[in-house]
Amino acid sequence: MTSIPDKTELVRLSGVTKRFGGRSPALDAISGSILGGEITGLVGPDGAGKTTMIRLMTGLMLPDSGTVEVLGFDTAQNPAAIQASIGYMPQRFGLYEDLSVQENLNLYADLRGLPKNERTATFDELLTFTDLKRFSDRLAGKLSGGMKQKLGLACALLKKPRLLLLDEPGVGVDPISRRELWKMVENLTREGIGVVWSTAYLDEAEACNAVLLLNQGKLLFSGKPSELTARAEGRVFKVSGMSGRKRQVLAKLLDQEDVIDGAIQGEAIRIVTGNSALPDILPAGDGAAVVPAPPRFEDAFVDLLGGGPGGRSKLAEAQQTLPAKDDRPVIEAKGLTKAFGDFTAADDITFAIRRGEIFGLLGPNGAGKSTTFKMLCGLLKPTAGEGRVAGFDLRRDAASARNQLGYMAQKFSLYGDLSIGQNLDFFAGVYGLSGQRKRARVALMNEIFDFGRHAGQSSKDLPLGLKQRLALACAVMHEPQALFLDEPTSGVDPITRREFWTHINALVEKGVTVLVTTHFMEEAEYCDRISLIYRGRSIALGSPDALKASVVSKDNPDPTMEDAFIALVERSETGAKEAA
Amino acid sequence: MSTSSISGRMRRFAALVRKESYQAMRDPSTTLITFVLPLILLFLFGYGVSLDVTRTRVGLVMEETTPLTQALAASFQASRYFSVTTRQDRRFFEEDLVNGRIRGILVIPAHFTTDYAAGRRPQIQIIVDGSEPNTANFVQNYAQGTVANWERQRQTLIAEEPSAITVEQRFWFNPELTSRYFLVPGSIAIVMTLVGTLLTSLVVAREWERGTMEAMMATPVTAIELLIGKIFPYFVLGLAAMTLCVLLAVFLFGVPFRGSILALYALSATFLIPALGQGLLISAVTKNQFLASQLALISAFLPAFLLSGFLFEINSMPTVIQWVTYIVPARYLIPSLQTVFLAGDIWLMFLHSMAVMLLIGGVFFVLAARSTRKRIG
Repeated sequence: MTSIPDKTELVRLSGVTKRFGGRSPALDAISGSILGGEITGLVGPDGAGKTTMIRLMTGLMLPDSGTVEVLGFDTAQNPAAIQASIGYMPQRFGLYEDLSVQENLNLYADLRGLPKNERTATFDELLTFTDLKRFSDRLAGKLSGGMKQKLGLACALLKKPRLLLLDEPGVGVDPISRRELWKMVENLTREGIGVVWSTAYLDEAEACNAVLLLNQGKLLFSGKPSELTARAEGRVFKVSGMSGRKRQVLAKLLDQEDVIDGAIQGEAIRIVTGNSALPDILPAGDGAAVVPAPPRFEDAFVDLLGGGPGGRSKLAEAQQTLPAKDDRPVIEAKGLTKAFGDFTAADDITFAIRRGEIFGLLGPNGAGKSTTFKMLCGLLKPTAGEGRVAGFDLRRDAASARNQLGYMAQKFSLYGDLSIGQNLDFFAGVYGLSGQRKRARVALMNEIFDFGRHAGQSSKDLPLGLKQRLALACAVMHEPQALFLDEPTSGVDPITRREFWTHINALVEKGVTVLVTTHFMEEAEYCDRISLIYRGRSIALGSPDALKASVVSKDNPDPTMEDAFIALVERSETGAKEAA
Repeated sequence: MSTSSISGRMRRFAALVRKESYQAMRDPSTTLITFVLPLILLFLFGYGVSLDVTRTRVGLVMEETTPLTQALAASFQASRYFSVTTRQDRRFFEEDLVNGRIRGILVIPAHFTTDYAAGRRPQIQIIVDGSEPNTANFVQNYAQGTVANWERQRQTLIAEEPSAITVEQRFWFNPELTSRYFLVPGSIAIVMTLVGTLLTSLVVAREWERGTMEAMMATPVTAIELLIGKIFPYFVLGLAAMTLCVLLAVFLFGVPFRGSILALYALSATFLIPALGQGLLISAVTKNQFLASQLALISAFLPAFLLSGFLFEINSMPTVIQWVTYIVPARYLIPSLQTVFLAGDIWLMFLHSMAVMLLIGGVFFVLAARSTRKRIG
């Protein structure tokens, strides 16, 4: 094989269109290229067409029109030649769970034709590289998410590929493993390997050398992420020191003509304006200060999509203000513990959430967030400890407690075969609404969320954003005191996420209490307080600003939420070691 | 290019077979379908299900007691088809019949002896439970048969010379007409259908569900290597399950084995080709374990059960259904297997069956290979 100079073009997409069924195309006339020696981010929300694009590059799928050329071969003409020199890690890693780490490596080594005499060295190198040497006899099914990810990568790298395709490698992995994986992949690019990393996380996109930004099958941008981010340069501001309630201030700011986007960031507010003039921060009160802030990829993405929604929430306006009867916490966890056999999924979790507060459980998949959550909804019986919602003890009065809460489950858990109207009717019935009140609430939801045009459609065929609105509508139908949101915005586009949080922010101002789980670091900043959950334990609890401030160091004077998370995990691990 | 070379091909094939064997050994559902399910089936057919009726419980009412009626009652009692309780009054039995404790009431009427002496045909009354037509028919026919037998024997005794012609039935190959003898070989076909079609369709569908198929396809493996590598271990497993069944059939159930081992394996191996082909086709089309198992049960297991001549005589099926049976591979295997067990090697019949099974298998394989091309959507 001849040596490959850096930055050769490895993939060329020309006018690629792919359709499934009669709906709008999954990919619509995409043209672009992917270079060797760098990480190219394939960026977009769920359903944008990322997986389809990767499959087209493997030659496992053919475009309806246009051509895909990989390593100089047309995928339609010569897929075998392409498959001989690419590495591909599909979303679920492509590992055999009932084979051991070594057996998986052997299998892929045979399939990829790695010569016998090179094996010992290659295996050794890869196992060291992925830090899996100690686990080579363990079944792949028994590895943690992060370790599976690394093994998947090792299998894709057995015969050094020229092009490495990774489909959402950052999903379901804790932030520490994610950073390690990124470093490994970065090292590969130094050898001239081209890497495609698909992701819905915009912080990952920001770190790529180049991105192809997809939304609903259309290519919105292709180039260096910094080029896109630069478009928002000078239009991003941070407002701090407000005298009023920050969420009300945000809503007012968003309603201003030239403010196109805004979000809570700890105790401050970040806004993006349509022009570079300093925004009018009158709503923020006298003591408020506004300073320019560095733009992020997400700001530019929102800008590209035409800006976020305004600050009004009709949903909250229709909601009666919940009077504070007393100052007892609305949601309370005291030493909640859940053990499954000898595995403790949640260990002594304690917190209390005040009325009108947004409380976040932040942690990677499998850390114990959902377990804690389910115990507080009365869906799972705790092994020890107690939980209360709106004053009701979940062990004795789970039914009364559940009547006071609205639950939005992870992913889309409504009835896909029912239409929007039928789902609303059903959930209204489940929550005990009837007669005049039921009709009024259903009509209100239809009006607020603008379901009109889609009302008769099966909800499984709805676009993701609409599904998400429907899920929220069903959860708030009965005007609950407390809202439980399980990973509410994972995989949705930033506009939908903004709209969602506008409603939540406004509901909170009316006295609704919110408990939200997320593994999305950005989202944690929208919360008043968060608890970091790692391996079943709460390792830190406090406001986002306080948690970030607690890890400030000379090397990192302005840590991100992810930096804080990683530092606090490391701190808790050394603490545990010292205690032992 | 080395990827198409013979050694590369062999190495990939060996790797796939090795992987599949590890998985099969570690997956409890494989053991369950290959070894436990066949055992359950064999025991069911060996002990539980018997198409022979023996010792049906009936009540016998003797309205008069004479040497003649006692002789008739004795022949009922001696019959191995009935288990008889005798009473003088039919009212004793009415409740038992209603409750299903007995299947019929046989009444030897009060005037039986005088009628018989007068040379009139003796009549006995048979009351049966019509809610179970099969048993009712059986009781009726066998009761009549017993009376006829008794009568004939009596005439032979009375006559100075035995009558010139008697009918003597003789069943070849299965002289006692034990249904177990033909049910057990038949159930071997069912077991191989389970391993070949159900298990294979499940394991391929599982690879699609878990995303491993996609990862495989993006390597230099060819579609044919994938298919053959997938089914080879299950081919071996199918033969292993068959061997287990044969050993049990012969040594535990005492089913005679009159043919050759060669014929047994040749037939079974040939049968596995359509069975595996069908499994592959199902999983390639559905790519979903639940659907695959449903389809395998409906399109392979049930036909092997109902349309193969295993339980129901094909000749007595409606003509249209008879046509359908021609595409059920088990239809060709079951008679041949029964022949291997009960009669011996009849190669002409075997070769014909094998040819047809190969043909059906070929069709399945072509279809499966077409739908498992290395493409996803």
